[in-house]
Amino acid sequence: MKTLPFRPRTLALGAILAVLVALLAHVSLRSGPLAPVAVTVTRAETRALQPALFGIGTVEARYTGRIGPTAPGRLARLEVHVGEIVAAGQVLGEMDPVDLDDRLRAQTAAHRRAEAVVREATARLEYARAQALRYDELYADRSASEETRTAKRQELAIAEAASAAAREEVDRLAAELDALRAQRANLRLVAPMAGLVTLRAADPGTTLVAGQTVLELVDPASIWVDVRFDQSGAAGLAADLPARIVLRSLGGTEIPGRVLRVEPRADPVTEELLAKIVFERQPAAPPPLGELAEVTVALPSLPAAVSVPNAALQRQGERVGVWRVVAGRPEFVAVALGRSDLDGHVQVLAGLAPGETVVLHRAKALRASSRIRIVDRLVEAAP
Amino acid sequence: MISLAGRDVLHSWGKFVFTGFGLGLLIGVTLVMAGVYRGMVDDGKALLDNSGADLWIVQQDTLGPYAESSSLNDDLHRAVRAVPGVGRAANVTYLTMQVRRAGRDVRAMVVGVAPGTPWETPGWPPHLVAGRQITRSHYEAVADIATGARLGEQLTIRRNRYTVVGLTRRMVSSSGDPMVFIPLKDAQEAQFLRDNDAIWRNRRRTAANPVFNRPGAPGLLAALDSTQTASTSVNAILVRVAPGASAAELAATIRRWKRLSVHTRAQMEDILVGKLIATSARQIGMFLVILAAVSAAIVAFIIYTLTMDKIREIAVLKLIGTRNRTIAAMIVQQALALGFIGFAVGRITATYAAPHFPKHVLLVLPDSIAGFFAVMAICILASGIAIRVALKVDPAEAIGG
Repeated sequence: MKTLPFRPRTLALGAILAVLVALLAHVSLRSGPLAPVAVTVTRAETRALQPALFGIGTVEARYTGRIGPTAPGRLARLEVHVGEIVAAGQVLGEMDPVDLDDRLRAQTAAHRRAEAVVREATARLEYARAQALRYDELYADRSASEETRTAKRQELAIAEAASAAAREEVDRLAAELDALRAQRANLRLVAPMAGLVTLRAADPGTTLVAGQTVLELVDPASIWVDVRFDQSGAAGLAADLPARIVLRSLGGTEIPGRVLRVEPRADPVTEELLAKIVFERQPAAPPPLGELAEVTVALPSLPAAVSVPNAALQRQGERVGVWRVVAGRPEFVAVALGRSDLDGHVQVLAGLAPGETVVLHRAKALRASSRIRIVDRLVEAAP
Repeated sequence: MISLAGRDVLHSWGKFVFTGFGLGLLIGVTLVMAGVYRGMVDDGKALLDNSGADLWIVQQDTLGPYAESSSLNDDLHRAVRAVPGVGRAANVTYLTMQVRRAGRDVRAMVVGVAPGTPWETPGWPPHLVAGRQITRSHYEAVADIATGARLGEQLTIRRNRYTVVGLTRRMVSSSGDPMVFIPLKDAQEAQFLRDNDAIWRNRRRTAANPVFNRPGAPGLLAALDSTQTASTSVNAILVRVAPGASAAELAATIRRWKRLSVHTRAQMEDILVGKLIATSARQIGMFLVILAAVSAAIVAFIIYTLTMDKIREIAVLKLIGTRNRTIAAMIVQQALALGFIGFAVGRITATYAAPHFPKHVLLVLPDSIAGFFAVMAICILASGIAIRVALKVDPAEAIGG
């Protein structure tokens, strides 16, 4: 076969074909299953982790007073509105007494009548006593008969009994009057503590059942956050740990707080632990009750140990480990893990020495036979 | 003997190369079309791989959680965990919804992952391309880069804002929507909690009902309202089988005793590939057939035209006594060369074009090999017509007409 004439045209055609073949080889090797996996790497570092817990909760008041009638009735007046500050013992409203005032008047009159009866009985008693004394003297002078004297003595005894009965009646009626007055006073709705009115559930004229809440008072100085932490990883939550509270309305502003107590009962349905967080300093304007709050509780820092970012950890079958980079090739090593912090660092208790290079991010799953290409980052940084 | 084909190509190389390029673009489109189909299947498999589960437990008689909606009580996973052979069981929610990012809506599949660690709990993203996994139990998200999210950015899902702490690549739903992973409790809220207006309307509706708002029972209304806003459902329970246990047997046990639907990995693939994308796959298959037919017709036409262009030269060749075999070889060689250039150009264009498609386009090696042989076969078949014409030419035409 004769060779083709060596001319520029031949060269150009050859060049185009060579470029095509080279590109084809390039795309076959650089894409598809034969291509190396792009990864970023990091070093296992020795660091003291500062674990923390993150939970959400709502702002609640520690002391809440719910005020309402103890007997069914109609609300006569209610003098405070939501947002007002009231003092302890202040009368806030009153239930309609219906006939209680009339009964009170009747009882007062009955009491006065009983007092009049006492006076009458006293007068009778004094007269009976004088008569008995006189007939005793007359009898001694033999001017009156034995029978008359005995009759006067009996009259005295009857008068004494009548007087005692009348006095007891006065006491009984006085006690009944006091009872009615107490009932009357009980119709008044009185603040059990100083606080802020947060609810006015009824207006005058409303018929209420016994025990129904009319007003709700809270003590603004006793605001706390009722917070829930997921049970998994909540080890170490204890009273007096420092906390940072972020209220939803205040965005990024962190308010220092402290764990007051961890509730002895956890929630079995939501699988959460409950805790109460108090503000280090009570906010000048108390946040609205029920507002959502994010709470980060700092746990005591751990002793320095080897740690890796959680993105480096991988599962291969039943083993958990990292891909160590040895001489440019990935090698899976199983590790034993300890605790972690909120920045995603996880303690490695065994399996990895400090300073070893491990794969952090990868474009796709690695296998032991994978070729890797180490890059600075797999996605462009934010502008 | 001289290479007639080479000579002829050199004679009109510009036309030859450009025809090859044109053909290449057509082959490129065909390869991309095959890649689109492979990509759809791969998306489905990636979805299953990324969930890290061996079994999917869903509501009875549903094909959930990807192909059909499914709802389970969220405390059911404890009962499942107690079944012998279950290694790990975790709740998960999936909901395709609009996620607000930088003032724009992005369509995404929001995945609620159960509390735990990424390496122990099924459902978490298995690997990241940037950032870290979720560590807080609320308001953190790991998003796929297809959402356009960047690290540290805020995403709004329903009424809450989530900080993007990690990014993934190729974590997509079976329909190609990027995934956004958020903690399970937040996801339950996003999925089952109604919007504020609906809650207010519902409260008013309940208050208007005299059965629930009786004067004699003041606490009843509040109790009822609080139960109506509770969200205690999930879409599926992902189960990892304990070492040594059989997935099929475990599935049968759970199906029988827990009276739930359980899908194994093979069944799930069947549901995703066989049911969810079956129609789209057939649609693409149809396109592929038409494109292949059109390509074959065009290749035949091009080779026929190239031959007809030099019919006089062929007549001269015949006149000087060239054998038919030599002429036929020339045409076949040219056709194969054209086919090779076309395939190379097509494969290269497809590779560079694939990343620009909105959905995943997967070019696999067997497809390329099959494509190469198909192109060569089509070229040989197409050159048959040209050979027939060339051989039938009358040598007299060289001097006449």
